[in-house]
Amino acid sequence: MKFTLSWLKEHLDTSASLDEIVRMLSMIGLEVEGVEDRSAALAPFTIAHVVSAEQHPDADRLRVCKVDTGTEIVQVVCGAPNARTGMKGVFAPVGSHVPGTGIDLKKGTIRGQESNGMLVSERELGLSDEHDGIIELPADAPLGLAFAKYAGLDDPLIDIAITPNRADCLGVRGVARDLAAAGLGTLRPLDTSKRNGSYESPIVWRRDFPAGQESACPIVVGRHFRNVKNGPSPKWMQARLKAVGLRPISALVDITNYVMMDLGRPLHVYDAHKIEGGHMTIRLARDGETFHALNGKEYDLDAEMIVLGDDHGVDDLAGVMGGERTGVSEGTTEVFLETALFDPIRVAITGRKLGLLSDARYRFERGLDQTSPYWGTDIATRLILEICGGACSDIVVEGTEPEWQRSYTLRIARIAELGGVAVKEGESIRILQTLGFEVATTETTGTYSVTPPPWRGDIIGEADLVEEVLRIHGYDNIPVVPLPRETSMPQPAITPAQRRVPLAKRLLAARGLVEAVTFSFMPSGQAALFGGPVPAEMRLSNPISSDLDAMRPSILGNLLAAAQRNANQGYPDLALFEVGPQFADPTPKGQSAMATGIRAGRTAPRDWSKQQRPVDAFDAKGDLLALLEALGAPTANLQVSTDAPDWYHPGRSGCLRLGPNVLASFGELHPRVLAAYDLKGPVVGFELFLDRVPMAKAKKGSTKPFLKLSPFQPVERDFAFVVEDSVAAEQIVRAAKGADKVLVSEVGVFDIYAGANLGEGKKSVAISVTLQPTDRTLTEEDIEAVSGKIVAQVEKATGGSLRR
Amino acid sequence: MQDLNQLRDELLAEVQGAGDLEALDRTRVAALGKKGRITELMKQLGALDGEARKEAGQALNRVKDAVAEALDQRKAGLADVALNTRLAAERIDVSLPPRPEGRGVIHPISQVLDELVAIFGEMGFSVAEGPDIEDDFHNFGALNIPPEHPARQEHDTFYLPDRADGAKMVLRTHTSPVQIRTMQKTTPPIRIIAPGRTYRSDHDATHSPMFHQVEGLVIDEKTHMGHLKGCLIEFCRAFFGVDDLPVRFRPSYFPFTEPSAEVDIGCTRKGGELTIGAGDDWLEILGSGMVHPRVLENCGIDSTKYQGFAFGMGIERIAMLKYGIPDLRTFYDSDLRWLKHYGFVPLDVPTLTGGLAR
Repeated sequence: MKFTLSWLKEHLDTSASLDEIVRMLSMIGLEVEGVEDRSAALAPFTIAHVVSAEQHPDADRLRVCKVDTGTEIVQVVCGAPNARTGMKGVFAPVGSHVPGTGIDLKKGTIRGQESNGMLVSERELGLSDEHDGIIELPADAPLGLAFAKYAGLDDPLIDIAITPNRADCLGVRGVARDLAAAGLGTLRPLDTSKRNGSYESPIVWRRDFPAGQESACPIVVGRHFRNVKNGPSPKWMQARLKAVGLRPISALVDITNYVMMDLGRPLHVYDAHKIEGGHMTIRLARDGETFHALNGKEYDLDAEMIVLGDDHGVDDLAGVMGGERTGVSEGTTEVFLETALFDPIRVAITGRKLGLLSDARYRFERGLDQTSPYWGTDIATRLILEICGGACSDIVVEGTEPEWQRSYTLRIARIAELGGVAVKEGESIRILQTLGFEVATTETTGTYSVTPPPWRGDIIGEADLVEEVLRIHGYDNIPVVPLPRETSMPQPAITPAQRRVPLAKRLLAARGLVEAVTFSFMPSGQAALFGGPVPAEMRLSNPISSDLDAMRPSILGNLLAAAQRNANQGYPDLALFEVGPQFADPTPKGQSAMATGIRAGRTAPRDWSKQQRPVDAFDAKGDLLALLEALGAPTANLQVSTDAPDWYHPGRSGCLRLGPNVLASFGELHPRVLAAYDLKGPVVGFELFLDRVPMAKAKKGSTKPFLKLSPFQPVERDFAFVVEDSVAAEQIVRAAKGADKVLVSEVGVFDIYAGANLGEGKKSVAISVTLQPTDRTLTEEDIEAVSGKIVAQVEKATGGSLRR
Repeated sequence: MQDLNQLRDELLAEVQGAGDLEALDRTRVAALGKKGRITELMKQLGALDGEARKEAGQALNRVKDAVAEALDQRKAGLADVALNTRLAAERIDVSLPPRPEGRGVIHPISQVLDELVAIFGEMGFSVAEGPDIEDDFHNFGALNIPPEHPARQEHDTFYLPDRADGAKMVLRTHTSPVQIRTMQKTTPPIRIIAPGRTYRSDHDATHSPMFHQVEGLVIDEKTHMGHLKGCLIEFCRAFFGVDDLPVRFRPSYFPFTEPSAEVDIGCTRKGGELTIGAGDDWLEILGSGMVHPRVLENCGIDSTKYQGFAFGMGIERIAMLKYGIPDLRTFYDSDLRWLKHYGFVPLDVPTLTGGLAR
């Protein structure tokens, strides 16, 4: 919402400075977004007289002008086609900064002729795009006067943000009223004097709504004018409209725009000659009807929209935009004025459906002053008669003013209870009254019955009244009180389950993975790689683009896309992870907290130690196991299965499970997936369902289990078994561990060998078994005995044999 | 005696003359070995008697000790030389880089999240969570934003297909629905923050379709706007690490709070560079207000008994301000160079006692 300082002062009698006004606006909830003092940038430019303009001796298109600036006569070389002897223009002296071009003017010589400054166009001053020639001013423009002052551009422009509840401040007067309440002057009276009509309106209103839906347009007021002259509007009105960004069109249109900007009251004027049948009917549109709007576009209407039309058809979209057919033009002499209330919700729906934004819609959908149809008509009448002349009819009214009067109880004590500051009773009442509220005493002391004014539809209860008092009294005046601590020492802010998230992030980062945060959506085409076509319920109805149209079923896709982008930047080797949500369905349970990571390319950059190798599934498995260990999962009980989802390499991937509960999957990504992301590979990844990792059982206290250290030397024994290729190493390890659960403390796999000497389809797996005695040193016989058990167990479990 | 002195000198000279450990060992054997010269003399002592044997024995032992000591010294000397020679040959180029290790980092959003938890945790808040895919009621209706409310249009909501029961499904446009979910299942007093992902259908230089917010909610029987100011001033000063940071509260509007306030912090913008702290300008960083009585009632909380405040802010925004990150969009690009530049050392967990700024 923009307005100029002088416009504001039309409503506010104040001696406050611009700075004071600006500061106060922000502090009462009308946030100042900008203040533009256009005169500052235009200060150097003055009105000058072109004494003579002669052809440049050496350039066809240039003229050499003698310019009288009011203080001296200077020579200026000018290229504008309209530069001529005797004209008045705007002079920019040497040393001035030309805002439209950003150039600092220097004294120069153009084709041998000295030039001291320039005569400027509107574009060069940043006023418009006009650059066909230099600015021409009337002959009576005072020589030497600052151009900004002459053109009315020395009026600071204030731009404020209006929150959706403050429809009343979508007119300058509402802003002035708030400032007055805040003590920055007094609100000047508004001239709402009535004009009597001299004839009966030849056009009447009809409302034609289905029963029960009359609230779509509770009231409409109209008035007919004849013998008007629709020329240009007065300069002061044009200047104000231009200042706030509206293009002056004609007196009648400008008057409607001015009343809207000044008082927040949108109006519409029809060319009464063009209305057929002597009526304007307000009704719901019929499906299939179309409408040619003033903006030259055609819109398809439906039965939810309110329209106005005559015998010819629809020619106004209520509260949104007028029609082309009945619009006023320069030749208009008869006018029909419309001042109505429409259902804000219908106006909003209509505008949104048609994608039609207008200043009128903006105001209608936020709610107008419920009494405005009458006073709006009166003010518009005065302006039309003053500016366009002619005569007006009696008003024609259809419907009744809505019941807007309502009252709320305000307990003065409530201001301190909620606001933390005791505002004096008298001051509280003064604030409300200055804002237009009616305040009546009740039988209870300190309790009032407050009726909001008709322009404050946003006030719906006591809390709103408290806010009105507080914001005008000033939030700065609320004393700061520390939030009392409920306990003297801070308590944990996160639960043990929540604590896993930062733990997982920091563990993975400590292992060398870089944390990424990617979008929760992804392209549905890519999402299909991770579990098949995305169901409709997981696709956005209004995505920004097809790249962001599906909720991600896995984080892997976004990490692979990131790997591909980094590869394009020259970084093909990377390790990335993200801890975040993935989505299986739209219910809260369908959202899983995941820790997902990838490693791509080689494990390290090329380097002298020759340590680097391509990443493989065991890198991912290593990340996963470290993570599970850190999260307190019972890693010793985890089983590996080879049924990872189909976005992994079928032979180089697995799942980690606890019984039927799949905690995670890991492995090399499927070449088909890598191809879809244009990745050369190899890429390995893991996906851990954080919520499926069982929480350690709640226990009393923080004591760790008792640690019993054996004083006896552990013994290590190696075994190699020849088994079928299909036997999993884990089977051998488990069998060895199970052979003597007391003595066997550790089993490691230290060699895998396959060779012709073992036979087709066979491999040798070498394990190292650590035996940890607890009560005595092991004898050779003891070791022999347990070794025998280990061999027997492994052979039984795997069908293999000890390699001799 | 003469002979012994001579023997001693001869043997000591041999020890000194031994050029390496092997030669030294030969010298030892020749002197002290089973058939060594001193050993041989020891054997002859038995032929002497009484006093003479004692004297000769002592003299011979002195020679033996002197030789043995010389042998030890020489051995140590030779071992040193041998070690030094070997070490000299084992020289490596220590200017080579160490073996490469991956350097992982924590994303600024996670780091700031931990900072928020540290600060608000100290003030007695605990962390609450809710789903990213919300229904219309939790995201809008319960928060006093009816369907055609202009405030709703400002949310640029992403929609999913309607649920079977007709409920509109949305990606939550703010973290405020977590307020609702918390109040629905908790009896006051309530003191929570709810950080999380939020979504708006807007994508340009200063807007991302996904971003993060943190929501705060305090509900009890006596918390008023003075507490709101106290809590948020403490937060701003702790988070930005500026003890005298000016904090300004301006009236504003949110459908779910009444009265509402926007919060600005002091800054300067000299020479195009933004500095947070006491200055001549203000920077808006968060929205807040007293929870609207209707919102309390929507959650089954008696608004005549309970009251309190709520606030919400953008995590990326405060991260950008604190750590001087210029562009919002880069947070989600996963560009390694960016992540390593703006990321944090994983073991550097922010705490109030250990410091919040990095």
